[in-house]
Amino acid sequence: MGKYVRITDTSLRDGSHAIRHQFTVDQITRAVKALDDAGVPVIEVTHGDGLAGSSVNYGFSGTDELELIEAACATAKRAKIAVLLLPGIGTIHDIKEAQKRGAKMCRIATHCTEADISAQHIAATKELGMEAVTFLMMSHMIEPPQLLEQAKLMESYGADVVYVVDSAGAQTMDMVKARVSALRQGLDPKTHVGFHAHNNLGLGVANAVVAVESGADNIDGSARGLGAGAGNAATEAIVAVFNKIGIETGIDLYGVADVAEDFIGTELGLTPIVNRSSLIIGYAGVYSSFLLHADRASQKFGVPTHKILEEVGRRKAVGGQEDLIIEVAQELSGKYESGIEEAADKDKIEVSLATAGSPT
Amino acid sequence: MPLNVAVIGSGNIGSDLMYKIFRAKELEMIALVGIDPKSDGLARARKHNVAAIDSGIEGLIARRDLMEKIDVVFDATSAKAHLHNAALLEKEGKFAIDLTPAAIGPYIIPPVNLTEHLEKDVKNVNMVTCGGQATIPIVYAISRVVRTPYAEIVATIASKSAGPGTRANIDEFTETTARGVEVVGGAEKGKAIIILNPAEPPLIMRDTVHAIVEKVDEAKITESIKKMVADVQEYVPGYKLKAEPVFDGNRVSVFLEVTGAAHYLPSYAGNLDIMTAAAVRVAREVAKRRGVAVPVGAGE
Repeated sequence: MGKYVRITDTSLRDGSHAIRHQFTVDQITRAVKALDDAGVPVIEVTHGDGLAGSSVNYGFSGTDELELIEAACATAKRAKIAVLLLPGIGTIHDIKEAQKRGAKMCRIATHCTEADISAQHIAATKELGMEAVTFLMMSHMIEPPQLLEQAKLMESYGADVVYVVDSAGAQTMDMVKARVSALRQGLDPKTHVGFHAHNNLGLGVANAVVAVESGADNIDGSARGLGAGAGNAATEAIVAVFNKIGIETGIDLYGVADVAEDFIGTELGLTPIVNRSSLIIGYAGVYSSFLLHADRASQKFGVPTHKILEEVGRRKAVGGQEDLIIEVAQELSGKYESGIEEAADKDKIEVSLATAGSPT
Repeated sequence: MPLNVAVIGSGNIGSDLMYKIFRAKELEMIALVGIDPKSDGLARARKHNVAAIDSGIEGLIARRDLMEKIDVVFDATSAKAHLHNAALLEKEGKFAIDLTPAAIGPYIIPPVNLTEHLEKDVKNVNMVTCGGQATIPIVYAISRVVRTPYAEIVATIASKSAGPGTRANIDEFTETTARGVEVVGGAEKGKAIIILNPAEPPLIMRDTVHAIVEKVDEAKITESIKKMVADVQEYVPGYKLKAEPVFDGNRVSVFLEVTGAAHYLPSYAGNLDIMTAAAVRVAREVAKRRGVAVPVGAGE
């Protein structure tokens, strides 16, 4: 028996970005049943930006997420249903509502330098008898020792698991190793360490393997990789690779591959890929869920998506600043119309990558 | 005779208030109240010959010589402390301007409802939140010309400008601001989002207002917004539209930036500046109502 790693499938939460938060009760019910039957231990169901994420800024949910959570909890026989919460967007009230509908785990996410805004939400989660999992998002932006300091804060508030979250899919394998190792060595041995990948540089599954080798025992996957940007590490690929290298997940490879193929690939018609825009997200270190918002702004203002993303990266935007995308696109459109921008393009890319990338 | 005021809370907000009060000719800064004798704020008060009280509100109330003079008290402590302070101030008959999220009294957003509650002789008013002061004027500017079923605000502030109180109670921000968007802003449903950004150099406060309106009249809505921006600029000169309002179907998006006056706080902390500026604006209105004569050309 190899080492056991707990997989959380986030195709019904991170994947919510990819379908602009339009999951229906019927879709969630069928997907949860299939993932649960395949032995996925944790399934996350929420608006892509977490509880109360339904908004102009992030996109309105087609169906109230509480109905989706309720359906998921009613369906799952073995799996824990998890919800996501970003302090500043959702509140403790929203955690309580999710708990009433049967959610057993709350994943609380802050920008990697702002852990101290999560104290009250972690405490409330524990008081409600739920498992408290915490996310340090955009973790490529700070060095491992600083990341550890923030992780220790979350641990001190009661986190059961602390995740290194590569929200921008910007981390190479050495970066993942340094961050996960720092947390594993610096946190209490009883605190679990997790890793959440985005596949913008094509490294999702490889980074998940490196994370486990560096001490993580909680890994996020997403069936078909469905998620923001170029998606996450595909759950079915993680299971296949882990099977080969002797890591136990308890998940039936064929069961989860069927969900990926039949539900997400065929029925929803979605397969995230590394294209120019998602690649630039990873390369410049931009929050992955900005992708479709930048696409929309691109159409409205006639500025290429990847140009908008680069500029947003240059301005050091953090997760949640989707409103900046419209503003940047509007500004760039003026420059495009006047022709100034074309001439300056080349220099600008170099500058923006030098400042926003800095992946060391 | 000017209106005599005291400030409870000797931290950053209390200190910034003090400097703004010095600049308002119709206000006289009588006392700064803290609980730490070694606080920088109290040292600054002493330097400016303002009574520095280090024993909290009880210490202030014990100073009957000062209490006789004081008309208005600003509270820049915490929600919990304000619940305690408010009861004592009411007993003493002082007008309280509450900068905490306690919100015992009605919300005031100066360019929207400055006089409404003062006319009713209310004794305690609340300044909502920093994000509320920055965005609710715009929500109101939209809702006064077109029915607004929904408005949402996104406040992005520099991490350095978010104090421990805000951080420990971030839900108070989202909940209080959303309520203010409805009650004062006039949206039928309100929502608020706050984001902390740690970039260096610190970013200037930026705010976005997204509204869903019943009927889009671009010219009328834009005109109302611009008039409101000018009204806010009267007491927050660094308040500006970052771009023209963006119309998309039945949505209006308005992008704002708030640069602080840097009276005491750094200029990027427009979020704190707009709170203290709005609170001082309320005190000046109280002064006016009590017949304080303002020298020509004085005041801000």
